[in-house]
Amino acid sequence: MTASVVAETEILASAKSPKRKRFRMENWWGVIWVLPSLLAVMLFVYGFIIWTARVSVSAWKGLTPDYTYVGAENFVNLASDRRFHIDITNTIIFTIVFVLGCLLIGLGLALLLDKGIRAEGFYRSLFLFPMAISFIVTGVVWRWLMNPAQGDRLSGLNLLFHNLGLDFLINRWYATPTWGIAAVAIAAVWQMSGYTMALYLAGLRAVPEALREAARVDGASEFQVYRRVVMPLLWPVTLSAVIILGHSSLKVFDLIIAMVGKQVALDVPAIYMWTTTFDGFFFGRGAAIGMVLLVSVAVLVIPYLWYSLRQDSEG
Amino acid sequence: MKRTTLKFLGLLLVLAMVAAACSSDSDDTTTTAAGGTDETTTTAAAATDSKVEVFSWWTGGGEAAGLDAMIVVFNAAYPNIEFVNSAVAGGAGTNARAVLASRLQANDPPDSWQGHAGQELIGTYVAADQIEPLNFLYEEMGWLEVMPETLIPLISKDGNIYSVPVNIHRSNVLWANPTVLSDAGIDMPTTLDEFYTAMDALKEGGMEAPLAMGEQWTTLHLFETIMLASMGPAGWEGLWDGSVAWDSAEVTAGLEDFAKILTYTNADAAALAWQDAGQLVLDGSSAFNIMGDWQEGFFREVGSEPQTGYTWAAVPGTDGNFQFLSDSFVLAKSAPDRDAAIAWLTVAGSLEGQDAFNPVKGSIPARSDGDRSLYGEYLLSAMDDWASDTVVGSLTHGVVANDSWKSEIDTAVGLFLLDYDVAALQEGLVAAAEASG
Repeated sequence: MTASVVAETEILASAKSPKRKRFRMENWWGVIWVLPSLLAVMLFVYGFIIWTARVSVSAWKGLTPDYTYVGAENFVNLASDRRFHIDITNTIIFTIVFVLGCLLIGLGLALLLDKGIRAEGFYRSLFLFPMAISFIVTGVVWRWLMNPAQGDRLSGLNLLFHNLGLDFLINRWYATPTWGIAAVAIAAVWQMSGYTMALYLAGLRAVPEALREAARVDGASEFQVYRRVVMPLLWPVTLSAVIILGHSSLKVFDLIIAMVGKQVALDVPAIYMWTTTFDGFFFGRGAAIGMVLLVSVAVLVIPYLWYSLRQDSEG
Repeated sequence: MKRTTLKFLGLLLVLAMVAAACSSDSDDTTTTAAGGTDETTTTAAAATDSKVEVFSWWTGGGEAAGLDAMIVVFNAAYPNIEFVNSAVAGGAGTNARAVLASRLQANDPPDSWQGHAGQELIGTYVAADQIEPLNFLYEEMGWLEVMPETLIPLISKDGNIYSVPVNIHRSNVLWANPTVLSDAGIDMPTTLDEFYTAMDALKEGGMEAPLAMGEQWTTLHLFETIMLASMGPAGWEGLWDGSVAWDSAEVTAGLEDFAKILTYTNADAAALAWQDAGQLVLDGSSAFNIMGDWQEGFFREVGSEPQTGYTWAAVPGTDGNFQFLSDSFVLAKSAPDRDAAIAWLTVAGSLEGQDAFNPVKGSIPARSDGDRSLYGEYLLSAMDDWASDTVVGSLTHGVVANDSWKSEIDTAVGLFLLDYDVAALQEGLVAAAEASG
């Protein structure tokens, strides 16, 4: 798919002036083909963003729509909402553990694979496979692995630690006060670090061998080659990874529901949005949380889009 | 190597598209199905309704089996009406209610749907003018004579009865392991003080958590039974009709009892479903569990026997009170098949229908004339109490408060589990009552 698009762009770029007319005709067809999905996106994405924004400044509570304008009231209430404060703290802890964990483990695995290990393809698939599983499945499995029961009801990882004589490692995992959400983030790291590895591996393979050779000729040690040559060239990959992982951690919902259910201790904005809207029928408040989520994701994604679009047009 | 990366990215893209296609496919089916339904309605309404669409969250276990048994009764009584079972899966109906909410907003109501009897139905659907009063059906069928007098006001608003309860569950039940109790020389506690003494003794005997509890909603369940025990039926009901203030000393005392009870519970509660908490009692890891009487269904399912494997009593301090919840069915205001919907409700409230449903579901009939030979030892004791006790409503299961109020209380109780600050909990409850009461 992507390959053919790239090929087409190249053909377009190299097209000579006499052929241009024909391509313009094709461009019209392109517009027509794209039109239905364009309209659908306009309505179902941007249309509903506008509608949600409208609801977020309304007094709507209950099953009957109520568009009475209340200004920023819903947002002001969120600012003093203890549950929302917990959501924000949890999201920050989750994001830091999840993004850092994925980057470090992903980079580590990629560097190891890049050293020309035997059966590289096998290991690559092995580390990527968790990504093929849905967060729901990951959540259910890790819910059991991280069972926080103590005493003679130990199970999962705690039981493993006990049997290995590593009793000091036994802990309450996601039932730990304040930091429980970090345990959930570990499950997310397990799932997504293979993906980060794939990103880094692609980045590493794009570093020209000639550069490394040149550094070695200049007397750089292997560590210096990585530190001074390879790592700086991986910055764009790191940036992409942070964006992709960061925005998905802001939206995390399914993993938490599957792993720990609905509980205030491990609440995040997406879950609060859902429960307050559909269990409590606070549509105005739910929409306000939705807008906060949208803006926080946009803060992360828009500079990146702008940056990559500018790069594209320059390149 | 770059090519491999591209290929890989391409593969990801294709996968994403397939996933998107799948989900849009299912959307399509729904729309066509709904469209088809409309056509049938218009053509058939002229004659008699040929189908009735009933919406519920009974998709598994005893609930689905009970519904099936009731459908058999319905089909025998009305062979010409097709029963369309629109059940949506998901624990305690949270998913189903989200689906129902969007269908109602789209003006596409099912003919009849399931809801917890009481304010959950009234606060949501009566307020939104979505369901019809059923007084005519109660009078016609003589149901007022066979259902407890104290039940009717709890399922009515301004004298209008809005739903037909098919079953009754009791929420204030204390389950216990008889072997653990007799080994420790403890009798079933009947007051909160006896309850504390018993659990202190068990703790001294080395039991880590005498009271088994599960995830957050089971804490809310515990909350409602302890508040009833501490405040009594008049105090509890007063909280919901406004005659008892949430910032009163009575409430503070109740909350302190609740806080104290929580000190006897297991540390891994958040990781357990209600069944897991019940299992702890069967295993003897804990002595007690406070849960609705569906817990008995679970005990029987895993092969445990009444009196040897488990025993029960009213939650200490609530003897003589039956804190009830009930699944009931309503009549949609703009029901596409109104006559068929009324036929369904007639079956749901009938002796035959209720005696088909309840023995399978593990609950008692809302009618007091159920056939006693069909029910087991626990259910018979519940039927006796249902006929003689003061009936009060459950909070967790939708009788006393509307959904908005309940969800705010749930948040306040969830926050309480983080810091055990009684004053903050009471503040939260006062705010919830002001905003949604």
